[in-house]
Amino acid sequence: MRYAMAIDTKKCVGCGDCVVACQTENNVPHGYCRDWIVESVDGTYPSLSLEFRSERCNHCDNSPCVRCCPTGASHIEEGGIVTVTHHKCIGCGACIQSCPYDARYSHPEGYVDKCTFCLHRVQKGQSPACVDVCPTRCLHFGDLDDPNSDVSLAIKDRKWKTLAPEAGTDPQLYFLT
Amino acid sequence: MKTRRDFIKISTAGAGAVALSYKAFGSKGFGLFESNSVDPVSDEDLTPYPTYCEVCFWKCAGWAYVDKSGKIRKVLGNQDDPHCNGRLCPRGTGGVGMVYDNDRLKKPLIRETRKDGSQFFREAEWDEALDLVASKMKEVKEKYGPEAFGLFNHGTPGGQFHHLLKAYGSESNAEPAFANCRGPRSSAFFSTFGAYVGSPENTDIRDTKCLVLIGSHIGENMHNSQVQEMSEAIDNGATIITVDPRFSTAAAHSQHWLPIKPATDIALLLAWIHVLVYEELYDKDFVEKYTFGLEYLKDHVKNFTPEWAYGITTIEPEKIRETARAMAGAAPSVIVHPGRHVVWYGDDTQRERAMAILTALLGAWGKRGGFYFPEGVSVPAFPHPHFPEPEWTWKDWNEGRYPLATMGITTELLKASIPRYNYKHQVKAWLVAGTNLPLSMPDKPLFKEAAAAVEFIAVMDTMPMDITGYADVVLPEATYLERYDVIRSAPNREPNIALRMPAIEPMYDSKPGWWIAKQIGERLGLHDYFNFDDYSEVIDWQLKQLGTSLEEMKKIGVKKFPRKSGPLYMGDNEDFTFNTNSGKIELYSTDFADHGFDAMPKFTKHPEPQQNFYRLIYGRAPMHTFSRTSNNPNLSDLMSENSVWVNPKVADLWGLKKGQEVWLKNQDGHVTSFPVKVRVTERIRWDSVYMVHGFGHKNKKLSRAFGKGASDTEMITNVVVDPIMGGTGMRGNFITFLTEEPAREEKEVKA
Repeated sequence: MRYAMAIDTKKCVGCGDCVVACQTENNVPHGYCRDWIVESVDGTYPSLSLEFRSERCNHCDNSPCVRCCPTGASHIEEGGIVTVTHHKCIGCGACIQSCPYDARYSHPEGYVDKCTFCLHRVQKGQSPACVDVCPTRCLHFGDLDDPNSDVSLAIKDRKWKTLAPEAGTDPQLYFLT
Repeated sequence: MKTRRDFIKISTAGAGAVALSYKAFGSKGFGLFESNSVDPVSDEDLTPYPTYCEVCFWKCAGWAYVDKSGKIRKVLGNQDDPHCNGRLCPRGTGGVGMVYDNDRLKKPLIRETRKDGSQFFREAEWDEALDLVASKMKEVKEKYGPEAFGLFNHGTPGGQFHHLLKAYGSESNAEPAFANCRGPRSSAFFSTFGAYVGSPENTDIRDTKCLVLIGSHIGENMHNSQVQEMSEAIDNGATIITVDPRFSTAAAHSQHWLPIKPATDIALLLAWIHVLVYEELYDKDFVEKYTFGLEYLKDHVKNFTPEWAYGITTIEPEKIRETARAMAGAAPSVIVHPGRHVVWYGDDTQRERAMAILTALLGAWGKRGGFYFPEGVSVPAFPHPHFPEPEWTWKDWNEGRYPLATMGITTELLKASIPRYNYKHQVKAWLVAGTNLPLSMPDKPLFKEAAAAVEFIAVMDTMPMDITGYADVVLPEATYLERYDVIRSAPNREPNIALRMPAIEPMYDSKPGWWIAKQIGERLGLHDYFNFDDYSEVIDWQLKQLGTSLEEMKKIGVKKFPRKSGPLYMGDNEDFTFNTNSGKIELYSTDFADHGFDAMPKFTKHPEPQQNFYRLIYGRAPMHTFSRTSNNPNLSDLMSENSVWVNPKVADLWGLKKGQEVWLKNQDGHVTSFPVKVRVTERIRWDSVYMVHGFGHKNKKLSRAFGKGASDTEMITNVVVDPIMGGTGMRGNFITFLTEEPAREEKEVKA
């Protein structure tokens, strides 16, 4: 089993609903977030292109955050989901520095927090909160080992890219272009 | 090609997360959820209560999930609701922030004057506040007649007060939603098709093959089901054509972006009509059977060639032809979207007419993928005596002007409140419910003069919006998640209703709008119009007339009914009579001609910016609604202030740097109260600037929104009024940059 997410940049409007839904679902304090929107503009007026990306932890197959964690708080759960056991985390911040995607933050209560792909929902057969709320349905989640999963079908016939492939982390967010 | 790259993170964390996080925590030091854990709560441990959203007018139905301690944890969409299909937009998802905003109005407030003349608000009990409002209403009735009590309203809370005012004997009401927003399209589409486009609009985006957006930015306006359907249309390979001087989100998702010179849209529309008519691309059967005036139209647009339009719009003739042919190729599954906030240049009803004419030529009215025939549920009124007949109403302020206005015009209500305008029918006191007038209306000097002239102002709101600073009495309303409200019934593909019930008890000393209206009504001896103890009785009675009940609706939230009015679309060659003078779709408007207006749209040249000035264009951000959400803790977290978008060429000329704070000054010398940060971006033309509306709040009680960004409304002092229906054209304002704070002559002192 290998959980992954595909983000359709041809449909995303950058509304930030994924960010708010994550905050309310996961009790993320105001001023912090586990997912965010990147807007990137190319060209000069009027020859322009614009891409919105809903970004979060890439749940990398080769995850530097897990390797560098001195206490084992950062670890890999079922289906390759990278999570942090809060009570084991000493808040040293090494994982934050090691992440090429800037996907982790220091929670005010002293530990490091990040996207869990809503593991608590996924374990019950639900999708992550961001996927379920997205008005444009541009987020696709599922098991890459299942050829009929939403994410497998989404990337099957489309061009996609990953972010910072040069970091060698084998990221599991696929941006459909 | 030279490339330039903007890189902006909309959310607060991410790059530089550490620095931002510390700052955010240190400066706020509070959390909405104060539990010691971020462990999410399982849905099974939460109780859902049905509601429909009040963060914007789309009114999506959803469920508020309440935990065992009585806190609302999240709001999710109702799967059966056609407004949202189970998916709320960011504002709906963040609606919980309206409830837990610490800055909410908590107690009734009464204005007091000290011996030295300075003024302040004193907290009061409900009885005292309600007695005061009722006594002022009695006083106005005795001195001037009930008609002299005016109402500014918006949304469901406004509806409760509208009922109160009608029972009291006044129909002197106006809402910004008409003359300051969508009024022109109502008048234009009604004159053409004998029908309104409604809300939600009857645009069949889901099944369209071609969607044309003219200054309508779906995706930045989160009109939920439309955003969802545009996404479906993208999946289905529909052609999207976006006309906008700004590279909007919709433009970025379009096959054709026409970066039009602002204020020239009618020229483009006329050229499109010219191409359809003279290349004989229009739907001949449809036009012959259902429309009136093709010969007049043909003659009218003869000279409006794409070459003619090129010199006005800067859109190349071939592009105009190509896009016109794309529409014709997709017809009748094509939507020339009427837009929503369409009061731009004062000839807006005519621009909307041009869009309606295009729709008719393409045969898209009543067709799949064009405009469907909506149907709503008629909710019976809870029994009450007939309303008294006012001696005059909002129509009488107009004194013959704006003959096609179908609702009260807000600026006319202001003028009727100012004695120097010498209106025959004058307004002496206001109720304001659910609308923040200083930010929702143009021409602030006019508003301030009117507010100073009236004898009494009562404001009902959930938040200390800027309008509350002008009130004599402030009535703190419970938020939509804490109250019963009118049954939602909006025409759609399937007739449907939605229930709003309280998920939690009202916090602080706030009260539901229905309760406040009833309490005032009782004090005025109007009990028979409020013959219930709790609004749930009204809803239950109404639901029973519809064959359901409050009990059932509490379980389902949304109920759909079978259509009675016939199919969603017109049959091929079906006989059909339109509700117009001619019984046909009017390419030539007899209604306009009868009232002395142009029966077919003409292009009029509008003023251009002077040297060193730029046209002010304003619009929406997807996470905010008007000025209503700027202080919402969840939504201000996503976007806490607006910026002024400046083309890099202009920025170079002025030496403006990304993030630099500037003050804006308009053509009439007005300067923004607060500075605004510069966003240097290729996404805006060099002759214009762009701002998101709804920022620059001046009330310090809004701890998150006060002084954040600048108010576009402050820059809109030139208003060009549409003679047809009284719309307030707001895009004829121009700004320049001040890099240092100007010395101000006037300091505003607030209670």
